[in-house]
Amino acid sequence: MASTTHTAPETHTGVKLPVLEREKLILSGRSYHWITERICGVVENRQPFLWWLLFIPSALIAMIGVGGGLTYLVSTGVGVWGMSNRVFWGFDITNFVFWIGIGHAGTLISAVLFLTRQNWRTSINRAAEAMTIFAVICAGIFPAFHVGRVWFAWFLAPVPNANAIWQNFKSPLLWDVFAVSTYFTISLIFWYLGMVPDLATIRDRCKPGLRKILYGIFSLGWRGGNRQWSHYEMAYLLLASLSTPLVLSVHSVVSFDFATSVVPGWHTTIFPPYFVAGAIFGGFAMVLTIMIPARFIYGLQDLITMKHIDNMAKIILLTGTIVGYAYLMELFVAFYSGAIYEMDAFKFRIAGPYWWAYAAMMSCNVLSPQVFWFKACRENLWVIMIVAMCVNVGMWFERFVIICTTLSRMWLPGDWKTYSPSGVEMMTFVGTIGLFLALFMLFLRFLPCINIAEVKWTLLESDPHFDDIHDHPDHGVTKEAAYQHELAQGKI
Amino acid sequence: MSTTRKRVYGYLAEFKSASALYKAAEKVRDSGFKKWDCYSPYPIHGLDGAMGMKRSILPWFVFFGGMTGTATAFALAYTTQVVIYPTIVQAKPANIFTVPAFFPIMFELTILFSGFTTLFGLLALIQLPRLNHPLFASRQFHRATDDGFFIAIEARDPKFSPNATRDMLSEIGGANIELVEEED
Repeated sequence: MASTTHTAPETHTGVKLPVLEREKLILSGRSYHWITERICGVVENRQPFLWWLLFIPSALIAMIGVGGGLTYLVSTGVGVWGMSNRVFWGFDITNFVFWIGIGHAGTLISAVLFLTRQNWRTSINRAAEAMTIFAVICAGIFPAFHVGRVWFAWFLAPVPNANAIWQNFKSPLLWDVFAVSTYFTISLIFWYLGMVPDLATIRDRCKPGLRKILYGIFSLGWRGGNRQWSHYEMAYLLLASLSTPLVLSVHSVVSFDFATSVVPGWHTTIFPPYFVAGAIFGGFAMVLTIMIPARFIYGLQDLITMKHIDNMAKIILLTGTIVGYAYLMELFVAFYSGAIYEMDAFKFRIAGPYWWAYAAMMSCNVLSPQVFWFKACRENLWVIMIVAMCVNVGMWFERFVIICTTLSRMWLPGDWKTYSPSGVEMMTFVGTIGLFLALFMLFLRFLPCINIAEVKWTLLESDPHFDDIHDHPDHGVTKEAAYQHELAQGKI
Repeated sequence: MSTTRKRVYGYLAEFKSASALYKAAEKVRDSGFKKWDCYSPYPIHGLDGAMGMKRSILPWFVFFGGMTGTATAFALAYTTQVVIYPTIVQAKPANIFTVPAFFPIMFELTILFSGFTTLFGLLALIQLPRLNHPLFASRQFHRATDDGFFIAIEARDPKFSPNATRDMLSEIGGANIELVEEED
């Protein structure tokens, strides 16, 4: 906890102010070896009963929902997804935007928090990045299959189709294809590259055999020499700097699908920032939803501490409030614009037949995170889990409200219809939840779920000048002098 | 007993902490060695300076990779939309004024190409993947990815000598000094 331990270095003139000690990121003074043992132990030891209890049902749900649902869809026709209705996008694009949004927290944690030097990210970034990959896989299912004849999905790729017609590069839907596929590829590279040194750690602990060969291949022969680390760190920095604008662009482009159309309730400039904030908000909730149980199952409390959870709760509070602001600003702009169609669209959302969806969205996304103003709520894991679940539900309803209420009252009154998804659609959505959980369970089983190398790097003794500070507790003067010396010699 | 000839890869010495490794690295650097490396379980910041290494040149690769991406996206969109197959959709122009509509894809391909260049550029620079390395024959090197700090000086370095190098490593604080050999 914060306590005054030493005073500011001598390099400052004037009044010396006490320096507050930072809260430690890794508790109980764990050693490098303990960290390796604990994180590799998750992969090497027998999985706890709870793992099977979660994996088998999720895998079954995924097989029936996604495998069965999609087989039925493809073999029968898109009619089983209710595509005869004017609100044909309804459920599938809601699910697509929902899953894509979930992924964004992973990139935010791994890239944006890396660039802003938030070292607490190291304990959660690997799992959050895995979540990104799996969420984008779940997201991709919906647009790929709702095109109708999925065997023509290659029409989306930039090659002339059978009639030698090229894609419309001016269309936000094609932008979306490029944005989402780039996002998936870059996230995968970032995730994998970040994992290479940790895979090498597992490889070096394996007994000779198939496991060692496989981990050996995937760790690329990593040796951990500084001549490798130096380029590796540069690559990591570059990928973080590439991912940061990318993650902002992806959900902006997703929002362009709506915002560039001339439809009341969609045609607003607030959409890109509002979607991005919502995505981060929903994604952090999902990180908490899966990390809090995982932390207990594998005894990772010293690595994922209450401080990490506290920080994430604060981000949920911040982004939830931004999302709330966007909801209110949408209403205000509809009113202030004086456009009757715009106003009617929002009246329909709030008081029409979908009022319950709007109410669920408002209460889950705007009201429920407000409890995080109180420290006691940020320290109670039950409260955090309940709020995170509310946010997961609320963010799904947000997309449902945006997409379905608008589509069910388009320009032609003859089109007006109240929407409900078909059974196969619902089955597929539930299937993607199963798929997401099953993939995450397999990730926990086979890959290092916490970034071993980076967590070691956050320990105090990882500093190359730690012994100097430790042997001469002179407020870092030696360290400062050594730094100045190196600077003068041009070594830095 | 194997009858294959062994070739000396070099000396491997262990150091007790990141600080010890850092100080030793400065001394090895000042002794004029070139073919050597420091091994640690995590990246040690400042070790580049202590080893006398230059900043990575990867950003240059990535810059040109990214520019290739921008150019590819522009060429693809412009050629297909304006030159060979102008399609008028939603009354949007099919001439030079339509270029702003290509910006999202130009941006995405810039990122995509940069990402691939980062990955493959990195692999080229660190000379991976490879299936084996002489150091993996060492009995202690597996700890470099756990909690060990090592310096390896290669025999192909011109300043390497079987006795003097071992003495130097021991002088600068190296423990468990091991002669690593590879099968020829």
